[in-house]
Amino acid sequence: MNWTLALPEIVLACVGMATLIFGVLRKQDSTLLCTMFTIGGFLIAGLLVLTGTSGFGFHGQFVADPFSAFNQILILSGAALSSILALGWNRGEGIARFEFPVLMLFSTVGMMIMASASNLMTLYMGLELQSLALYVLAAFARDNLRSSEAGLKYFVLSGLASGLLLYGISLVYGFSGTMDLASLRELLVNPASASAGLVVGIVFVLVGLAFKVSAVPFHMWTPDVYEGAPTPVTVFFATAPKVAAMSLVLRVMGTSFASMVGAWQILVVVMSIASMLLGALAAIGQTNIKRLMAYSSIGHMGYALIGLAVGTADGVRGVLVYMVIYVFMTAGTFGCILAMRRKGRAVEQISDLAGLASNDPALAMVLALFMFSLAGIPPMSGFFGKLYIFLAAVQSGLWTLAVIGVLTSVIGAFYYIRIIKVMYFDAAAERFDPRPASLSFVVAATGLFTGFFFLFPAPIVAAAQAAASVLFK
Amino acid sequence: MMAIGLGHYLVVSAILLVLGIFGIFLNRKNVIVILMSIELILLAVNLNFVAFSAALNDLAGQIMAMFVLTVAAAEAAIGLAIVVIYFRNRGSIQVEDVNLMKG
Repeated sequence: MNWTLALPEIVLACVGMATLIFGVLRKQDSTLLCTMFTIGGFLIAGLLVLTGTSGFGFHGQFVADPFSAFNQILILSGAALSSILALGWNRGEGIARFEFPVLMLFSTVGMMIMASASNLMTLYMGLELQSLALYVLAAFARDNLRSSEAGLKYFVLSGLASGLLLYGISLVYGFSGTMDLASLRELLVNPASASAGLVVGIVFVLVGLAFKVSAVPFHMWTPDVYEGAPTPVTVFFATAPKVAAMSLVLRVMGTSFASMVGAWQILVVVMSIASMLLGALAAIGQTNIKRLMAYSSIGHMGYALIGLAVGTADGVRGVLVYMVIYVFMTAGTFGCILAMRRKGRAVEQISDLAGLASNDPALAMVLALFMFSLAGIPPMSGFFGKLYIFLAAVQSGLWTLAVIGVLTSVIGAFYYIRIIKVMYFDAAAERFDPRPASLSFVVAATGLFTGFFFLFPAPIVAAAQAAASVLFK
Repeated sequence: MMAIGLGHYLVVSAILLVLGIFGIFLNRKNVIVILMSIELILLAVNLNFVAFSAALNDLAGQIMAMFVLTVAAAEAAIGLAIVVIYFRNRGSIQVEDVNLMKG
């Protein structure tokens, strides 16, 4: 069995159930305590992942290796940052209920299982555990029409995506006789042996996973859900599930179906180009900053997919480094968005940021830093993420992707820099409410990471290298 | 009399899948129909799994079908709950009314 490999997930799930019982039995409001328990659970799980051993468990259903550990640590950091950010905001909106951190925790358990899946069955169970909790989170502000509409849209489209993914899994299983990722890889050493049914199955699996990373043309849910869901939920959507889904795409496409690269590479290239273009063009006209961030995240997923299209260890390393940088700069940007409150109400128009530089110079400076990073301007971390990806693309001769990537970055820079212009040069609007200390902490920490990544890239790049090399043994 | 083979099951399940997908995209009436369409897709998948499992003489497919059934039940519960809170806020579950945010 070797169940100790799954210790981080088991411990985290137990913490989740204990927190749930604690929250139900306690008569007073226990949101703060439950959030503390959840963050404690994330920390313990992180330590267990770092000290854990590698190997296969549960009869090959479950794998713990440097690749899964890398993604799990990133998922846990994204989840921890968003649960810290959620605390103050939920109080302000009157939706501070103890179920919120618990749902976040269960969704994180699902994501960790996704990162550790070595069988299509485990993959599906992890994905559904994550999705079921996310449906509820998206509709968490249950008296708010926009939030319930976001939950409904996310539920329908994500349910459809799960259905397509499952159909793909069933075809792969039927035409190869196995759901084990390692056996599939051995079976497909000679790509000519793959039947047409198997290829159709692989395409369905890719489509289902593309929904989860919100790559064009499967992105329709993203702007609506990002805009409608409560902002801390949007932070969560934008960070941890993206990492989990991207790790699945890398593991399934990069290992099991690696020899079939001829069948799916063109799909990934098209999705990547379309995502980069849509992310750059559709964001220009947006006035709502959460919607703008949705298009921005679609664009960023397009850049990350370049690394998969390259299909080399360098490409995968690029994706992993990109995801680390993306998670921290996105969490930081949303931290700044969460600070946008006037007279106890959240505001989310870009014009509400007008004159922030004179009202709150520190917040304006750090938001400007995040915007430069999202645009990919050196020496911010966002530049290095793109650098590793584009280098890998150029080295394997995918010039088109690299050139389109650079061009869309230039277009994208327009709307990021417009926000900086609004903050620094427009007539000052009213001041924002004082922000909670937890929010300032997250923004400062992610800001330091984003601003000073160029001083210490080595440990992260080395860890990504070790993780990527697992897939290319 | 023609024997029913794997191919027949696959065709039926493909038809169910297509019906489900069309039910989601062409349906302009009611959100409940969308929930039913999602269930239809999951049923198509289950049929596929069980048929393949029998044809391959391998149990993994049937185990997977069990998991899918369980997940489908949980998903239906959450989906209906979301529809209920949506109805409470909007007073309607017509698909064309789900348009507060342009997308």
